[in-house]
Amino acid sequence: MPRKKTGTLRIGSGAGFAGDRLEPAVILAERGELQYLGLECLAERTIALAQLRKLKEPAEGYDVLVARRMELLLPVIKRKGVRLITNMGAANPVAAADLIVEIAKRRKLDIKVAAVTGDDVLKLMRPTDRVLETGETLSAYKWLVSANAYLGVDALLPALATGADIVITGRVADPSLFLAPAAYEFGWQPDDLERMARGTVMGHLLECAGQITGGYCADPGRKDIPDFAHIGFPYADVDRDGNCIIGKPVDTGGTINLITAKEQLLYEVTDPRAYVTPDITADFTTVQLRQAGANRVAVSGATGKPRSPTLKVSIGYHAGYVGEGEISYAGANALQRAQLAGEVVRARLKDVFTEMRVDYIGSTSLHGKSYDEAARPYEVRLRVAARATTREKAALVGEEVEALWTNGPGGGGGARKYVHEQVGVISGFIAREKIRSEVTVREWRREKETV
Amino acid sequence: MKKKLYDIAHCRAGDKGNTSILSLIAYRDEDYAVLCREVTAEAVKRHLAHIINGKVTRHEVPNVGALQFVCEQSLGGGVTTSLAMDAHGKSFSYALLEMEIEV
Repeated sequence: MPRKKTGTLRIGSGAGFAGDRLEPAVILAERGELQYLGLECLAERTIALAQLRKLKEPAEGYDVLVARRMELLLPVIKRKGVRLITNMGAANPVAAADLIVEIAKRRKLDIKVAAVTGDDVLKLMRPTDRVLETGETLSAYKWLVSANAYLGVDALLPALATGADIVITGRVADPSLFLAPAAYEFGWQPDDLERMARGTVMGHLLECAGQITGGYCADPGRKDIPDFAHIGFPYADVDRDGNCIIGKPVDTGGTINLITAKEQLLYEVTDPRAYVTPDITADFTTVQLRQAGANRVAVSGATGKPRSPTLKVSIGYHAGYVGEGEISYAGANALQRAQLAGEVVRARLKDVFTEMRVDYIGSTSLHGKSYDEAARPYEVRLRVAARATTREKAALVGEEVEALWTNGPGGGGGARKYVHEQVGVISGFIAREKIRSEVTVREWRREKETV
Repeated sequence: MKKKLYDIAHCRAGDKGNTSILSLIAYRDEDYAVLCREVTAEAVKRHLAHIINGKVTRHEVPNVGALQFVCEQSLGGGVTTSLAMDAHGKSFSYALLEMEIEV
């Protein structure tokens, strides 16, 4: 049974994407005085890539950094009594739990890990199901790699109730990773709309870790972030009504203020009046933010409507290969020579690829045009990219760009070529009642030593 | 007087599939009304014509002095299959801030 806490609960955020920095989570666990630490490591396509690895090797398919993160975090969370919740299980949460138990055993640390499964719904999807983005049916996609439903708090609560040190999942809605411990400790129910909405806002503010302490924000002279090299990751002090204060450990870099908090509140929100998760549909236009001291922002308000009867499903499909090639030009007429190079590559490859992208890095590559027409770049890097159904065909792009060395404009240097396997992601929906989430516990205890 | 949005607002870009989401936030509360007046969905669509291929929806978020622009068909088919270098459109925030408005 939940403890029905009366004080505040402190939940930290130790990763905002799969490749996030390792050290800030260790600092949070070590000196953040946390009760819980969440690690969000699963972007839209990460799970599809993990599924591809699992197809090749059935014992894999979890996040590739599980071992590195756990080697660092296990000793600290055990010593400090911090419970960890993460979606690093990716396509194989049970195998990830086994790996964590192995690491703990080697370090002689008692451990209990609860793996949450049930998000993998590939077998439940039908060719006639609609794709959210395009309106087509799923049958339009030849090679489906993965289909994972976004699970919510209700799937995480039974795992927390096992008393596990670590809860590891596959696809779970990002804010739910942080809402779950609050709902568990304070005994919030799904129909408690205000508390679930507020807890979801808290989770949303935390889910990208450094993005609320100055990351993805800093702009010298305009949005200066102190000690930016060492930005700390955030935590929330949540009260029993779901209101919270976002803060970070002392003696860490970065800043938490209304600028960082507002940017993160609205980040990736397609409708501020209806932020849909498996737990709630929250209204962000009723949230109040207030600076409550240095590096502390108080968050209150937020209302919500009952959760949707359907869950969003993220579907991965194999999308072929992309070939890329790059080469640089500098000095007088650099842009014109790069453009000439782009034209000749286009002409040389026009019979091979229907869709090709030619970019001038340093000039117009990011926005398709320059918003500062007067600026004349000293150096420009040509980039050509095209999609192909095979690796060999994709490689032609880089080969043709590299050949500009001896067959292109003057002064071309620094050629590079790449081929990437592509996994596309589309979305669908599935009825909530079709999902059966399960909890699998793995544990290891030291034998009682005789004196 | 003409000003760049960069002078009075900050912006963060997010993505969902093929949709780019631009949060435009006034530094000072009193400038929010100027943003509401000047930065319409049509103006954003026009300013970012090289980027946005679909519909632009503007949401007003007065509690944080912000406008939320949801720009459809803006990420070259979607983050996961785009041929663009910046497949997420994370740099688009600074394209929007280049927009000039009358203040």
